[in-house]
Amino acid sequence: MSTVASMGNFSSKGTADKADKPQQALDINHAADDHETIGTPWVEDAKMSARNVNVFYGDKQAIMSVSLDIGRNEVVAMIGPSGCGKSTFLRTLNRMNDIIPGCRVEGNITLDNEDIYQSQQDTVLLRARVGMVFQKPNPFPKSIYENVAYGPKIHGLAHSNAEMDEIVEKSLRRAGLFNEVKDQLDKPGTGLSGGQQQRLCIARAIAVSPEVILMDEPCSALDPIATARIEELIDELKEKYTIAIVTHSMQQAARVSQRTAYFHLGKLIEVGDTKEIFTNPQHHLTENYITGRFG
Amino acid sequence: MSNPSSPDNTSLIRSSLKKRYARERRFKLYGLLAVLTGFMFLFVLLADIVIKGTPAFTQHFIQVTIDLDPDALGVAPGASAEELQAANFGGAIKRGLREMFPDVTSRKDKRALYRMISIGAEYDLRDLLLEQPELLGQKKEIWLRAHSEAGSYLKGQVDTELAEEDRKVKNNLIGWLDRLEAQGKTESRFNVAFFTSGDSREPELAGIKAALYGSFFTLMVTFCLAFPIGVLAAVYLEEFAPRNRLTDLIEININNLAAVPSIVFGLLGLAVFINFFEMPRSAPLVGGIVLSLMTLPTIIITSRAAIQAVPPSIRQAALGVGASQLQTVFHHVLPVAMPGILTGSIIGMAQALGESAPLLMIGMVAFIMDVPGGVSDPSTVLPVQIFLWADSPERGFMEKTSAAIMVLMGFLILMNAVAIYLRRRFETH
Ligand SMILES: Nc1ncnc2c1ncn2[C@@H]1O[C@H](COP(=O)(O)OP(=O)(O)OP(=O)(O)O)[C@@H](O)[C@H]1O
Ligand SMILES: [Mg+2]
Repeated sequence: MSTVASMGNFSSKGTADKADKPQQALDINHAADDHETIGTPWVEDAKMSARNVNVFYGDKQAIMSVSLDIGRNEVVAMIGPSGCGKSTFLRTLNRMNDIIPGCRVEGNITLDNEDIYQSQQDTVLLRARVGMVFQKPNPFPKSIYENVAYGPKIHGLAHSNAEMDEIVEKSLRRAGLFNEVKDQLDKPGTGLSGGQQQRLCIARAIAVSPEVILMDEPCSALDPIATARIEELIDELKEKYTIAIVTHSMQQAARVSQRTAYFHLGKLIEVGDTKEIFTNPQHHLTENYITGRFG
Repeated sequence: MSNPSSPDNTSLIRSSLKKRYARERRFKLYGLLAVLTGFMFLFVLLADIVIKGTPAFTQHFIQVTIDLDPDALGVAPGASAEELQAANFGGAIKRGLREMFPDVTSRKDKRALYRMISIGAEYDLRDLLLEQPELLGQKKEIWLRAHSEAGSYLKGQVDTELAEEDRKVKNNLIGWLDRLEAQGKTESRFNVAFFTSGDSREPELAGIKAALYGSFFTLMVTFCLAFPIGVLAAVYLEEFAPRNRLTDLIEININNLAAVPSIVFGLLGLAVFINFFEMPRSAPLVGGIVLSLMTLPTIIITSRAAIQAVPPSIRQAALGVGASQLQTVFHHVLPVAMPGILTGSIIGMAQALGESAPLLMIGMVAFIMDVPGGVSDPSTVLPVQIFLWADSPERGFMEKTSAAIMVLMGFLILMNAVAIYLRRRFETH
């Protein structure tokens, strides 16, 4: 599929009105200044793609005309200074912004070429397909086992208790938590340490085997060993799944991702192959950020 | 401008510290005083109620030798149960009393003597005979319930220093009772009747059972209506309702309803449920509906607060793994909010239990002797019973009033204990 053809597939529903546009200069009609994203935000085989996404919290615009593809079986890292809108953008990908009062999303986002903001989109199905690990660990105030088993249970993924046990164990193992908690699966998940809670949330997210996993700083509370385990997991997961990860660690972005997107004040400044971005950034903001002169 | 770390600044801070600490100590003292004052009032109130109410839990009995001769009772030997029902037990008791005090001759004194025993004693005697028919024809010493005036003297509540005309218990009665006491023919027992009988005109026969049942049925109706409706309304308003003018209006009105004087709900109940829907008067059904209207705002407001207090991260977590909104609410939000909801509901129910004004409006103030058997039987409730007794002139009802208050408070404490227990239970899960 050529880039142009793939772009033609984006149906223009709702507020999106730019199905056909010039290949290079993305039309940015909402941005205050006429910034153009450097690099190619789209890929040939996109699992998810965002086009000209604007996000508003009330009157305040947090995301300005961001277009970004997330390729199939690809890990995309999102970096940028605090408050630049990484979490906000990530949340648009599984419509978690819907539950924030006053939050409004404009633009066009597709999953497997289907608009996820169209009115007949089922958000429950969408969130089962696009899982999320939140920036702050948020285990349910229930047992460790129930935390992991909850997703498979409501979706009816396990047909027997033994199968459920298997899913729970496998998920906990992959999140590198099983050995620490195997004797206390019935203890409340909220009683774990911060880092353990975050891994529990990762286990919970992967237990439903979503097609896309959105990770918002999954390792910010983890020690280097647990971080290495999660990075291993990401490598493992990308064989089958598509991953978008927000991180404040340049090294992590460099290690796990194929492509990196740099956000700044709600705009996508630069995007490209991770190696390119880290070795040869085009925009001075990107360069400042990754060399540590900023943020 | 002096440097903040310079030595004279340090001394300035030090000198001001003394003042600041003194202010703090004073403030703590005021706080402690406030707490102690409140506690003292509470203590005085409780002590007064307990001191006044405790005697109501005992009842004096007087031993009288009674001739259960069938002739004197006006029945045939080996009389059937029906015949015994109509037997003249009052006469037998009077005869027994006359035999004990042969020196009492004048009509007036005799009448005073008879008043020593409660009129309820006749029925006690009848029940005894119905239970043991073989007693018919025997002469037996039987413990009979004392009249409340005699009882109050035996409980030591009568001030004998007072001039005779200023007290209800006259000297002759005192003399007789002293004689009986000396002979060991008086006895104080636990007042079972207080818990097993309904209201009565005679203090020694009056009990709270009817009121307790009435309260129970009323609260059942209130709970069954107010709890589910209140919680579901709160869930809907918090989790599902769109935010618009209409829901804002509803919200304001719910808050206003919570501040409406309870008697207004009584008027509403009278106008709507009794006059329009022609539901039975004085019935727990109507009382319960009226009280549920009154407690609904409390339950809705506290439930909403409890639901709001659930961290949004839990909602996000549930939605994030693909739970529907309903699943999120019922699997995660409600369990976390439950302790708060229960506490609010129990507070609302406790309010309802202690409420009397709206129930007066719908006729639950009637004099009811029979224990209600269901939600549509005429009945009264504990607070109204307290109100009725407090209004009675007989001295015997004063202690009943306090005793009933003790029972009411016992139930309130119990309800709060249940609330705390449930909260603990839910919190550990
Ligand atoms: N719920 C909200 N309501 C209003 N404004 C919000 C909300 N969430 C985020 N914002 C605003 O949107 C902007 C982007 O926030 P966002 O959380 O996406 O940043 P971020 O890049 O994830 O930052 P961090 O690295 O600190 O997590 C910020 O200016 C923030 O103030
Ligand atoms: Mg963030």
